[in-house]
Amino acid sequence: MYKEVVIIFFAIFVALSTLVVNSQERVRLGTPITEADLEGFDLIAEPSGTGFPPGGGTARQGKEVYDINCAVCHGADGEGTSGNTIIVGGDMQSEGPPLRTVGSYWPYASTVFDFIRRAMPATAPKSLTNEQAYQVTAYVLFMNEIIGEDTELNADTLIAIEMPNANGFIDRSHIHSN
Amino acid sequence: MPHKIYDKVAGNGLISRRYLLSIGATGIGAVASSTVLGADAGINFEIPSWSRTPGPGASAYGAPSRHTQHFQRTHGAPNATYPGGGSSRSPLQHLQGSITPNSLHFERHHAGIPDIDPSGHHLVINGLVRQPLVFNYEDLLKYEMISRVYFLECAGNSGALLRGGNEDGTAQSLHGLVSCAEWTGIPLSALLDEAGVLPEAKWLAAVGADAASMGRSIPIDKAIDDVMIALFQNGEPVMPGQGFPMRLFVPGWEGNISVKWLTQIKLTREAAQFRDETSKYSDTLHDRSSYQFTFPMGTKSLITSPSGQMSLDRPGIYQVTGVAWSGSGSIRRVEVSADGGQTWADAAIQGLQLDKALTRFTIPWAWDGGSAVLQSRAIDSQGNMQPTRDAILAERGNISTYHNHCIQSWSVNSFGEVSNVYV
Repeated sequence: MYKEVVIIFFAIFVALSTLVVNSQERVRLGTPITEADLEGFDLIAEPSGTGFPPGGGTARQGKEVYDINCAVCHGADGEGTSGNTIIVGGDMQSEGPPLRTVGSYWPYASTVFDFIRRAMPATAPKSLTNEQAYQVTAYVLFMNEIIGEDTELNADTLIAIEMPNANGFIDRSHIHSN
Repeated sequence: MPHKIYDKVAGNGLISRRYLLSIGATGIGAVASSTVLGADAGINFEIPSWSRTPGPGASAYGAPSRHTQHFQRTHGAPNATYPGGGSSRSPLQHLQGSITPNSLHFERHHAGIPDIDPSGHHLVINGLVRQPLVFNYEDLLKYEMISRVYFLECAGNSGALLRGGNEDGTAQSLHGLVSCAEWTGIPLSALLDEAGVLPEAKWLAAVGADAASMGRSIPIDKAIDDVMIALFQNGEPVMPGQGFPMRLFVPGWEGNISVKWLTQIKLTREAAQFRDETSKYSDTLHDRSSYQFTFPMGTKSLITSPSGQMSLDRPGIYQVTGVAWSGSGSIRRVEVSADGGQTWADAAIQGLQLDKALTRFTIPWAWDGGSAVLQSRAIDSQGNMQPTRDAILAERGNISTYHNHCIQSWSVNSFGEVSNVYV
């Protein structure tokens, strides 16, 4: 009898300790890396300036890059070839849906660089060098009369730009459920 | 029986489902007013050819009957200047239950569907973490997973309704950017724990491995709450069009934020302000200000049968059915009207009634051959009621058409033809 009780208690002890160990031993299979490993992989360029590469460029330099890579869809002067490709002009006063162009709608200049670098040109995304991405960003902002033709656009000058519709947005990110 | 006395529950023919049950129990004649006998109707009871010849054997991957193969998604023509962009819509009017088959789940792509070799795919977690990490697909399959049934709806679904027109619209063409599946994957919180989120991280930026490197920002509270890295959809690996080998799944929120082909999660102080959360998916209002980060999808429902371009062949009893969903909880109730919203009756919930999932509703309706306007409106577990189109137009106009969850009205004319209508 005494022996059986000991065995039962021992069995319970073993079962419980296994449970405890299991609850602590979760699968953890991530491989440690460094931010330096992600240079060229992490393309996120934030409004704060985080993630912008070194270098820079001007609209004057960007015109040629734009004419070769962008004008076929966005038009010689950013007037577009269909609704989604218009990047210059528009306003937030006229009747009807706004054109949502860079100059009239986009709240952050950082988004222009971020989007061009990651997603443009549409037929060959990520084919521009960082220099070219700065140059084209400058040219798009110049066509929208936001910077001058010879303004040097780099990480510092880009994030300092106040976009015309920057105050046109109501942040609802705190609403997670209705 | 010259006249049946239906147990009416609302105007213009909506009847109690108890009536149908009592028919079944007592055997009072047919539900539809069919009076032609089988022989007179020319029904052939000879043994059919398929009962006389063995069919083909088992197959490696199933396909629908060739008689229903036309129940397909619809999608736009290819666009040379926007390769791989666009969407495909689920054939809601042909589906039943709550779960969308994987091959019919709606799609929206911003630069096409990448052909990803999982052995060459990385999932990186970096930014404001104690230890940046990279995960590979085979290792992620070893993690403890959860399974949840969730709807997914594009923010642009039903948008055309706010602009008007679309009299020839179908449930699919107007509302087909919503689907529902059982998603299986790893709670994002588990991987975030492993990397160790720093206290100053308030957002994360999620990026896909498609050609657009599509990115979206998500507040950290939501990310830790119920976001998952989905590896399986209805039991099989997520299809390439849904993000193979892995996608983010953000329950209840606008579809675009559930980033497909997920390859990077970066913890940040602020939202990254990607193109698709600034220029796109923001809602411009009457006064030209714009809502940004409209996350939860509204409380919504839709009658899928009868619906646009269907026709009722003769007066009689029809089973009105549809789906309801809410980004803020489960569906508590669905009401149906057959008289354009003057009177309403509760529909029955059929099958699953889960949090943030499509919920099937049904109610019998005796069509008398006259004109009718069929509508449904959902009420969710938070008490939110689906609004009318007029209410949405009054609140924010139709300058932008994302996040439309207004009541859909289907008109039935005296020929039994069903079409989209505004009431």
